Amino acid sequence: MSNAELDAIGLTIALAAITTILLLIFGTPLAWWLSRQKAKWPALVEALVAMPLILPPTVLGFYLLLLLAPDTAVGRAWYQLTGTQLAFSFSALVIGSVIYSLPFVVQPLQAAFQRVPEDLLKAAATLGANPLDQFRSVVIPLTRRSFVTAASLGFAHTVGEFGVVLMIGGNIPGETQVLSIALYDYVESLQFAEAHRLAGGLVVFSLVLLIMLYRQDRRDNWRVRA
Amino acid sequence: MNGLALQLDCPGEQHFRLQVDCVLPTTGVTAIYGPSGSGKSTLLDCIAGLRRPKSPGHVRFQGESWMTAETFVPPWQRRVAYVFQDARLFPHLNVQQNLDYAVSRRTHDDGPGMQQVVCWLELAELLQRSPAALSAGQKQRVAIGRALLSAPRLLLLDEPLANLDHSASQQCLIYLQRLTKELQLPILYVSHDIEEVSQLADYLVLLENGKIADQGSLLDLCGRLDTRLSHEEQAAAIVLGTIGQGDPEFGLTELEVEGQTLLVGLQQHAPGQRRRLRIPARDVSVCREKPLDSSILNILPVTVTEIQAQGSARVLLRLALGSQYLLSRITRKSATRLQLQEGDQLFAQIKSAALLMDSADNHE
Repeated sequence: MSNAELDAIGLTIALAAITTILLLIFGTPLAWWLSRQKAKWPALVEALVAMPLILPPTVLGFYLLLLLAPDTAVGRAWYQLTGTQLAFSFSALVIGSVIYSLPFVVQPLQAAFQRVPEDLLKAAATLGANPLDQFRSVVIPLTRRSFVTAASLGFAHTVGEFGVVLMIGGNIPGETQVLSIALYDYVESLQFAEAHRLAGGLVVFSLVLLIMLYRQDRRDNWRVRA
Repeated sequence: MNGLALQLDCPGEQHFRLQVDCVLPTTGVTAIYGPSGSGKSTLLDCIAGLRRPKSPGHVRFQGESWMTAETFVPPWQRRVAYVFQDARLFPHLNVQQNLDYAVSRRTHDDGPGMQQVVCWLELAELLQRSPAALSAGQKQRVAIGRALLSAPRLLLLDEPLANLDHSASQQCLIYLQRLTKELQLPILYVSHDIEEVSQLADYLVLLENGKIADQGSLLDLCGRLDTRLSHEEQAAAIVLGTIGQGDPEFGLTELEVEGQTLLVGLQQHAPGQRRRLRIPARDVSVCREKPLDSSILNILPVTVTEIQAQGSARVLLRLALGSQYLLSRITRKSATRLQLQEGDQLFAQIKSAALLMDSADNHE
């Protein structure tokens, strides 16, 4: 395996890991908030969260590129803060990936949170647990499996990202050249043996991850009694 | 300032508004009695802080404001324990861990200890089990234990026996009675079962369509004709008596009530204990002369203090027995035939009298 390929693998894993961690940090409160809304208007927020599911990634990438360009407010603020350009950087990839993989983390969490009975939280409250304590001591243990699912899906989906990366990251080895881009490069230059290596590896990775997920899905099925 | 002062105006789950303005005692057991949909659970939710009415009002516990127009103490800071109808044990924790959940969140250490609670409620056998492996009665015992272990200042019980079968609910009732004796903890007990209420309560609040129809001591309310209780089919007076001598040969025990002797089923209790006796109105008949050869054993001299027609066929009598009262439901025809009037001296024949389990009657 070439150095460029190893770089691409390392970059992809770093991108997916950082994205997943950020999504868990920001996606969990968002999913919790959505799961506890009784009114209809959060439908707008839900729709926005779900957008990356149906939008072509290039659409998302296009708008992100415009937003992150050096002459925009975001681009200028970033430059002032860090002294580097945002577009075509690893940071831009992280921003794009977080948005792109958002529904894969938020939706399983939201569904799991909705299954946690409000009644149990009320019981916890009368036993002296404040809301954060209720979340930590009741909600998380009851939805642990969904956290694993959400993190795995977020990670896997980020690994499989292509369109957004191409639009806002370009193809800079060691900075923005992730596996899917490297694969594209190989195919473009008709290096099919190398392409097979990367493509096959991704197929195996996805398959193993999904099998592990579904196995655990079957193993511990927590259900609230009716 | 003592008591639990409530002023609430709050829409309920069904088509009623909870509108109360009252002060409830914060000693002993206060029962909130009413049909389903009368606002009992909504009332408890407001007291626990699980619900905050939008309209102005207040909740004050022994002078401490839990809710006013400006302040709202959240439920986790009120130290109000709540036992729900459906137990609500945490499914991911075993029994021991459910109990620990309450202990580890205590802010004060003046409540009963783990060993004591496990002993009172006989939970030792259950500690390692998962809630899913418990019967409904066991779940409820664990829920009660968990509530006590949070060292509450007030215990709310929302129909804790409603989901239990008869024998489990009787057993649970015995546990609850033991607790009310052992603990100096004010308890609010919501129920739609008057027999349960008669066993446990010292004070009674009658809730109807979200409003308080009446409140007072249990003995007083049960012996009156002007409450909804007297119109219920199972209307019954409750009198206090002292256990006397037992008669094992006939399986009977004497009970002294207002200087008169009643015979009830044989009791294991030591003479001298004060006990409640529940006497259903439909099991009390009256006569002008004392029958000499009746099969009914309990015939007591009483004075008619009030007569109330109930529908076209029946009449309810309030009979004074010393300073206590009996109720008697007879046909209007009998009342007319006997020409009953207030002030008449009669003899009440009591066909059945159930001694209640409670033995901690220290209120008047």
